[in-house]
Amino acid sequence: MSPKTLYDKIWDAHLVHEAEDGTSLLYIDRHLVHEVTSPQAFEGLRMAGRKVRKPENTIAVPDHNVPTTPDRLEGIKNEESRIQVEALDKNARDFGIHYYPVNDIRQGIVHIVGPEQGWTLPGMTVVCGDSHTATHGAFGALAHGIGTSEVEHVLATQTLIQTKSKNMKVEITGQLRPGVTAKDITLSVIGRTGTAGGTGYVIEYCGEAIRGLSMEGRMTVCNMAIEGGARAGLIAPDEKTFEYIKGRPHAPKGAQWEAAMAWWQTLYSDDDAHWDKVVTLKGEDIAPVVTWGTSPEDVLPITDVVPAPEDFTGGKVDAARRALEYMGLKPGQKLSDIEIDTVFIGSCTNGRIEDLRAAAAIVKGKKIKDGLRAMVVPGSGLVRAQAEEEGLADIFKEAGFEWRLAGCSMCLAMNPDQLSPGERCAATSNRNFEGRQGRGGRTHLMSPAMAAAAAVTGRLTDVREMM
Amino acid sequence: MEKFKTLTGVAAPMPLINVDTDMIIPKQFLKTIKRSGLGKNLFDEMRYDDDGNERPDFVLNKPQYRDAEILVAGENFGCGSSREHAPWAIKDFGIRCVIAPSFADIFFNNCFKNGILPIALPQDKVDILMKDAEKGSNARMVVDLENQTVTTSDGETIAFEVDQFKKHCLLEGLDDIGLTLEKASAIDTFEASAATSRPWV
Ligand code: SF4
Repeated sequence: MSPKTLYDKIWDAHLVHEAEDGTSLLYIDRHLVHEVTSPQAFEGLRMAGRKVRKPENTIAVPDHNVPTTPDRLEGIKNEESRIQVEALDKNARDFGIHYYPVNDIRQGIVHIVGPEQGWTLPGMTVVCGDSHTATHGAFGALAHGIGTSEVEHVLATQTLIQTKSKNMKVEITGQLRPGVTAKDITLSVIGRTGTAGGTGYVIEYCGEAIRGLSMEGRMTVCNMAIEGGARAGLIAPDEKTFEYIKGRPHAPKGAQWEAAMAWWQTLYSDDDAHWDKVVTLKGEDIAPVVTWGTSPEDVLPITDVVPAPEDFTGGKVDAARRALEYMGLKPGQKLSDIEIDTVFIGSCTNGRIEDLRAAAAIVKGKKIKDGLRAMVVPGSGLVRAQAEEEGLADIFKEAGFEWRLAGCSMCLAMNPDQLSPGERCAATSNRNFEGRQGRGGRTHLMSPAMAAAAAVTGRLTDVREMM
Repeated sequence: MEKFKTLTGVAAPMPLINVDTDMIIPKQFLKTIKRSGLGKNLFDEMRYDDDGNERPDFVLNKPQYRDAEILVAGENFGCGSSREHAPWAIKDFGIRCVIAPSFADIFFNNCFKNGILPIALPQDKVDILMKDAEKGSNARMVVDLENQTVTTSDGETIAFEVDQFKKHCLLEGLDDIGLTLEKASAIDTFEASAATSRPWV
C-alpha cells in the first residue's frame, strides 16, 4: 500500500462515491449547527419536504448572537437576535437534533462544546457553518467550515461534495521559550505563510513543540488554520488526545472504546508520505506576538516596531497603508507603546480553561489599568463553572474584569459586546479585520497571557516582563 | 438555482487584496433568517459613512459602476468567515461574476451554490481586466462560461479554468442536493458498512 498522510487516511475512510472528474461525495460524521448560518438551511429543507438524515449526529447550540450578561435568561432584548435564537430552538425541536439551549450549563461556543461533550473524535469528518470548525482538527478529525447551502446539503444527505485538497506539513521543532503559547505558534505560522498561503491545502501540524501542547493548545493552533487560508488543520491523535476524550458524555465506552482505540492508533501520516508543501519553524525562534494591522498575517514579535508600507511589495503596500490608517498607527512606533482601551479574553480560539488559567496567573493580585474596560467571556458554561471552582473568576473580578456568561461575544460583536469607532482592543480572538469587533474598532490579536498583561499596564506589553 | 451561461456587463474595479467577508457584509446584517435583501448592505462600511450617507468615492457608488454585474478584485478575495450572506449580498446587488487572482476556499464554493461565477486568473491577466474595468460604463466585458472566456471591451479574450462539475451545475442551474440524493443507495451502503467498521460513530 502506498504511504498516506493522516488527511489521506481520513478522506479514504469517508469516501462514498468518486466521480471521474475527481468530485467526491464525502460522508460526514458530525454536523454542528448554530443560529446564524442555519435558518435558511432548515427553511430549505422544509420547502423541499426533506428531513434531517442523521439527527442523532447533528448538534445545535446558539452562540454567536447570545448576550453574555446574566439578564439574558430573562430573554434576548435585540429582536433580530431573539428571532434567530428562537428559530434554532424551533428547528432543533422540529427536526429532532441534539440541542443545548441558552439556559443549559453545557451551552457555549459550538467549537468548545463539541470537544467538551465528546462529540468530536479522532478520524471523524466534522463540519459546521462556521469557518473556525478547523478547531476540531486538534483531535485528528477532518473538520472544516461550510456555507449555508452546504449546511442544507449535509442536513439532507449527511454528505458533502468535495474535491480533495493538497497536503501541507507545518512542523514546529524543538521547545517553546517561556511566555510563548499556542496562539503565538499559530499567528507566527500565518505571519510566515500569509493568509492565502494555505489556500487549497489541508495542514497537518507536527513536531516536538506541537506534541508538547495540551489539547487546549492544539485546538488554538488548529482553530486558526482557516486564517492561513487552509481548508482544515490536523494534529495526529496521541495519548493526550485519548486521555482528553475518555469519559466525556458522548465518547465511546467499553468494547466500543477498545474498537475505536484500535483504529485511532493508526491515525498518523506514514513516514514516507508525500507532502505538497512543507513549512518548518523552530520553536525557539517563536516570540510572544501581536498583530498591528487588519489581517491576521500582520503579525510581529511584541519587541518590534510598527512597519512601514514600503517594507512590503505588490498589493500589500496599499493594504498596509490602509491598515495603518485604520489602526491609527505610525511606522516606527514601538508596539509596546501602543495604548489600549479594552481587553477581550474569550472566543473559540482562547476561551478554554487553560486560557483562563494563563490569563489569571498574570493578573493575580493586580488591578487592571484605571479606566480600562476588560472582560472575560468563558467559552462554555462548563468552562465558566470550572473557572469559578478554581478561583479564577474571583481573581478576574478582583482585578476589575467583567465576568460574563458563555458565547462568542466581542469576537464578532453580533451581540451587545462591541467596540466603538476608534476604540482599541487587546483581544484573544482570531480576526482583526476592519470592523470585526464593532464598526471602526481596532483589534490587536494576542495570547491570553499577553492580553492579561495588557490589561494591567494599559498598553501592549511583553508578558515576559511580568513573569 | 439561477443558470449562468453568458454575461455581458459593466465591471467594477476594486484593486484591494484580502477583501474579507466582514467587509463584504458586516455581521450586523447576519441576523436575518432570509437569503434576500442583503444587496443594499453589500460593502456596507466602505459604502456608507457613519450617518448612513453614501461615500461618493467608493467604487459602487460612482455613477458608472452602480449597475456593475462583474467585480474585478485583488488576491485572496472572500477570506474570513463561512457566511453565505457574502455571496447572497453580492448576488442581490446584481453582481454575478467576481474575477480575482485567488479566492478563499469557502467563499469560492459558496459562490457556485448561488449562481455566481468566481474566476481565478493569474495576476497579469487580472491587471488587464482591471484596466478595462477602470474605463467605466462604456466598457462592457463578456463572460462566457460555456467557452470559458472573458472578453474585454477591446475584444481581447482571456481563457479561464473552471471545475467541470461546478461548471455543469452553473450552466444547468442544478441543485446539488437533488443530484446527491440520486446517489442515496451509495450513501445507504456506506452507512451500513460504517456501522460495523466504526460502530462508535
Ligand atoms: S468565537 Fe468568534 S470565531 Fe469562534 S465561532 Fe464564535 S464568532 Fe466564530
